[in-house]
Amino acid sequence: MKNVPDVPATNPPNAARPLSPFLTYKWRYTMALSFLNRVTGCALTAGTLLFVYWLVAISNGVEAYASAQRVFAHPLVKVLLVMFSYAFFYHLLAGLRHLMWDTGHGLERRSAQLSGWIAFIGSIVLTAGFWLLLLAGLRGAA
Amino acid sequence: MSLRSSLGKVEGLGAAKEGAHHWWVQRMTSVALVLLTLWFVTSLVLLGSFEYPVVHAWLAKSLNAVLLLLLATIGIYHSQLGVQVIVEDYVNHHGAKLTVLMVINFLHLLLAALAAFAILRVAFGAST
Repeated sequence: MKNVPDVPATNPPNAARPLSPFLTYKWRYTMALSFLNRVTGCALTAGTLLFVYWLVAISNGVEAYASAQRVFAHPLVKVLLVMFSYAFFYHLLAGLRHLMWDTGHGLERRSAQLSGWIAFIGSIVLTAGFWLLLLAGLRGAA
Repeated sequence: MSLRSSLGKVEGLGAAKEGAHHWWVQRMTSVALVLLTLWFVTSLVLLGSFEYPVVHAWLAKSLNAVLLLLLATIGIYHSQLGVQVIVEDYVNHHGAKLTVLMVINFLHLLLAALAAFAILRVAFGAST
């Protein structure tokens, strides 16, 4: 190869290098919502442990299920369950938002901001509604 | 000067070293999970009680067992796909990345096997 590279092998030290968005962009709520989708996804991965524990407990019979019920009755686990349910509803709505974007719709700034608010408020409403209905159902059967 | 074409640069590059399959499977599983999770959440609300006989009888029904099997396996698959992307984004050292991904894949497979075994065990009535 006789060609002399027209681009230097290494960039000059003070050349503008691309940086990750969280280092360069002004903090916006749309960005926070995007992070929240990842965070809730991770939370749901952790929540899967409780889900599988519940299934294994049922399959192991009455006594195993009774001890699992004591675990689920612990206040800290109840708080975790509420958090997991919130993570689920947010990840669900944010996922639907992503599927909408994948079809090429809702990518304009205004509609992306609007769908962001819908996902955020909607996830809180759905979480509250879910627990109200669940607890009402438990009370109604008792 | 690089002799590689633009297409050649795109193909096989990036942190994941591969292209559209992962992205596509993540979408397919997410669409399935929208339906399956809504069924599961509705079922939980309609269950009315979390006492052993109620939950056991619900899980012993064929349709519930099949849908729960789908929910557990597709959900755990989706989880593996998501965590994989996060590891690829934030773990830079190649050896560490491979190790973490392997551990994560094994853990997801273990969870899927546990869930599937538990569901089938109840459905086939091996234990009460």
